[in-house]
Amino acid sequence: MQYEAPQTTQAAVALLARAKGSAYVLAGGSDLLVRMKGGYIEPDLVVDIKRIKTMQAVKKTASGWSIGAAVSCAELGENKALIRDWPGVVEAANLIGSKQVQGRCTIVGNMCNAGPAADSVPAMVAAGAKAQIAGPKGKRAVPVELVAIGPGRTSLKKGELVEAILLPKRPARSGDAYLRFIPRSEMDIAVVSCGISLTLDSKGIVKEARVSLGAVAPTVLLVADAARAIVGTNLDDAALEKLGMACSAACRPIDDKRGTIEFRTKVAAVLAKRAARIAYSRAGGK
Amino acid sequence: MSVKVSTTINGDQIDFICETDETLLDALRSRVGLTGAKEGCGTGDCGACSITIDGRLICSCLALGVEAEGREIETVEGMANGDQLHPLQRKFIEHAALQCGICTPGFLIAARALLKKNPDPNEEEIRFGLAGNLCRCTGYDKIVRAVQDAAKEMRGA
Repeated sequence: MQYEAPQTTQAAVALLARAKGSAYVLAGGSDLLVRMKGGYIEPDLVVDIKRIKTMQAVKKTASGWSIGAAVSCAELGENKALIRDWPGVVEAANLIGSKQVQGRCTIVGNMCNAGPAADSVPAMVAAGAKAQIAGPKGKRAVPVELVAIGPGRTSLKKGELVEAILLPKRPARSGDAYLRFIPRSEMDIAVVSCGISLTLDSKGIVKEARVSLGAVAPTVLLVADAARAIVGTNLDDAALEKLGMACSAACRPIDDKRGTIEFRTKVAAVLAKRAARIAYSRAGGK
Repeated sequence: MSVKVSTTINGDQIDFICETDETLLDALRSRVGLTGAKEGCGTGDCGACSITIDGRLICSCLALGVEAEGREIETVEGMANGDQLHPLQRKFIEHAALQCGICTPGFLIAARALLKKNPDPNEEEIRFGLAGNLCRCTGYDKIVRAVQDAAKEMRGA
C-alpha cells in the first residue's frame, strides 16, 4: 500500500487522478481503517489529507462558514462561534461515535461514506450545506443531499475529493436542531433521525424552513413537503401535526435488526416535531 | 511497503519503521515496545487502545502508524512521573476500579483527557465522557467513583 500525505489539494487531486488501482482518501480514518482491517477493501493508495493546511481550517467567510475536510468533529464542538450559528450541525457531529472517534472523524468523511444513517448529514442537508469538491477539472460546489447516491456510493468522480463543507450565512432569528432515535443513550447508529433549520420573521412566523430525514431511505432525504407544512405558521399544534405527517409520508425505510418500517415511519414524525420545537426556540421563537 | 516514522512519544523523540498499512496501535506495541495500549475490538468501539495525538484523544487502532510522523503521542506509559503515580492511577487502585485490567490504560487516558476539558464533571458527564471505553468486569461504578475522587484531588479540593 502506498501512503501519501500531500500538502496541497492540487497534489492530492493529482495523486487520486493518476492512481491505477484502488485509491482512498484518509481523513479521520474511523471508517476507512475499519474497512481495511476487516478485509473489505485493500487500498493500493491512501491519500491522507490531514497535512493540507486549508483542509484543517474552520473559517467564517463572507458567505457563511467553511469547514475543512480534515477538521475533526471534536474541533467543531470546541468552536463557540460555529455553535452559535449552527448548533444543530455541531450537535449532530458530536453524536458520532465516542469521544475517541470524535477526535478523528470528520463530517466530510461521514458524508462521503454515504451511510443512510450518518448523523451529521441530515443536519447539513437541513442547513443547506454544500460540499466544495476539487478535481482534475477544477472546483464545484454541490448540495450535500446530492453527494450520496446510494448506500456507500457517492457522485464523486475519479480524482475528485471534498475540500470543505460550506454552510450558508445565518440570517437573524434562525435556529437548527438535529435529533436521532437510538435504543441506548450513547454510542449507537441512528434508527431514525431528523434535521431541521428555520428562520423566523419578527413576529415569530416561520419564514424559511428545511427539513431532512436520515435512516429512512437509501440516502438522506430533504423533505420539501415537511418544510411547506410549517412555513407561514408559528409552529402551532396543527402545523406540527402536518409536519409530522409529511415526514412519515416521505419515509421509504427498510425493516432491519435496528428498527421496523412501521417504527421508523412513526418515529420520523415524532422526531420532526421535537426537532422543530428546538430549532424554533433557538431561533428566538416563543 | 515499510517507512521510517519520526515522532515524539511521552516526550521522547522516537524513530520506528512500520508498514504503511499498519495501525498506530500495532506500531506502538510491536515496533516501539509500548504495550500499555491494548487491542480490544480493533474497530474503535472499546477504547482499550486510547492514546492522545497532539493532545487529542483517539483510538490508536483507527490511526495508521505513518500518521504519527512529526506528531506528539502520549500513552499510559507516560502518565506516572517516575515512581509517582498520576492521581487517576492511584485512585483507580484505591477504589479497586479494575479487575482484569485490560481496559484500564484506555480508561486512564480517556479520563485524563476528560478532566483536562472539564476538571469538575458530574457523574453523568463522566459516564458520557467515558462512553467510548468498555469494561466488562467492574460495572463502571468504581471507575466513576475513582475518576470523581481523582478530579477532586486534582482540583485541590
